Amino acid sequence: MAIEVRIPTILRNLTDGSKTVEGKGTTLAELIGDLEVRHPGLRARLVDDKGLRRFVNVYLNDEDVRFLGGLDTVVSDGDTVTVLPAVAGG
Amino acid sequence: MRYDSLLESVGRTPLVGLPRLSPSADVRIWAKLEDRNPTGSVKDRPALWMIEKAEKEGLLTPGCTILEPTSGNTGIALAMAAKLKGYKIICVMPENTSAERRQLLEMWGSEIISSAAAGGSNEAVRVAKELAAENPTWVMLYQYGNEANALAHYETTGPEILEDLPTITHFVAGLGTTGTLMGTGRYLREHVPDIKIVAAEPRYGELVYGLRNIDEGFVPELYDPSILTTRFSVGSHDALRRTRELLEQEGIFAGISTGGALHAALGMAAKAVKAGERADIAFVVADGGWKYLSTGAYNGTLEEAEAALDGQLWA
Repeated sequence: MAIEVRIPTILRNLTDGSKTVEGKGTTLAELIGDLEVRHPGLRARLVDDKGLRRFVNVYLNDEDVRFLGGLDTVVSDGDTVTVLPAVAGG
Repeated sequence: MRYDSLLESVGRTPLVGLPRLSPSADVRIWAKLEDRNPTGSVKDRPALWMIEKAEKEGLLTPGCTILEPTSGNTGIALAMAAKLKGYKIICVMPENTSAERRQLLEMWGSEIISSAAAGGSNEAVRVAKELAAENPTWVMLYQYGNEANALAHYETTGPEILEDLPTITHFVAGLGTTGTLMGTGRYLREHVPDIKIVAAEPRYGELVYGLRNIDEGFVPELYDPSILTTRFSVGSHDALRRTRELLEQEGIFAGISTGGALHAALGMAAKAVKAGERADIAFVVADGGWKYLSTGAYNGTLEEAEAALDGQLWA
């Protein structure tokens, strides 16, 4: 078991075109660190020195991690993490 | 109820219980029927407030041209008000929106400028900002950053819901411009200390997220995350499934984004049941289903409907 991470089109150049990748960790920060080992450059596109980048949304099982614990959000095997760019509605 | 004109009749929409979809007598779900507004959506409220604010500030005078980026409802609401008040209107709308939205906009007299499908509303916003810079006499009301958008809900939607449901514990709505959640949420927070304000954000097909780079993303200027308790991303599968449940079980014929809000409302209801807490959950029916008939949302299997919506801006 692992954590499934869905990657948006715009970042798939870093995952050899894969829509989903798998990783491990006990927090979102650890998970992103684990992904960075196999997909170098991914972390910098998601995170800056202030935390998650402004136009990046990350959802744990469909809930926005900014309302859970940000990069400290606890993740576990079987979870699905979705990364999406912020877009306008209305 | 009697009003002097159609514009006067905006708001004061019914709040109806959902006896079949509510899990128990202690955990109840209530639908705020915003499709009962003059042009059939919640956007009549912010449209009217934005126009009247611009009039008060002297920005809009008779004969002026209004410009707005919109995926449909705001443009339709503005076009109706513009027609009655004597303004011209130009809407910038992504090309991947339903045919009905286009027909309705034209019917109420709007000119439509199409923006590319890739990038969805982000692209419409970008094109509208360019046009506004090139045409300084046009008035862009700009729903994403106009305080009057949220204020309409602070002054009307919020008080109406609280008056009808003083025991409210949760408010759930779709997240687009964020105006509904910011205005209603702020009002309810001021009056119901422990209320939970929950956003249901539509998760579209990949085309809509087809930005050139991640820094082209967009967060509406109105958005203040401190108003929200949490925020869910709801894909078209769940949104369609709930839209159909609402129709089949409660008889409410709603648009697809309403299914997304209902999905989040049912999730909060399940949590309350599990925790043994009472709950009165109000959610917003942003519009009726009429504008989405051509998308196939209500026909065939869920899978077929989902496939037909891929790449469309369904909220």
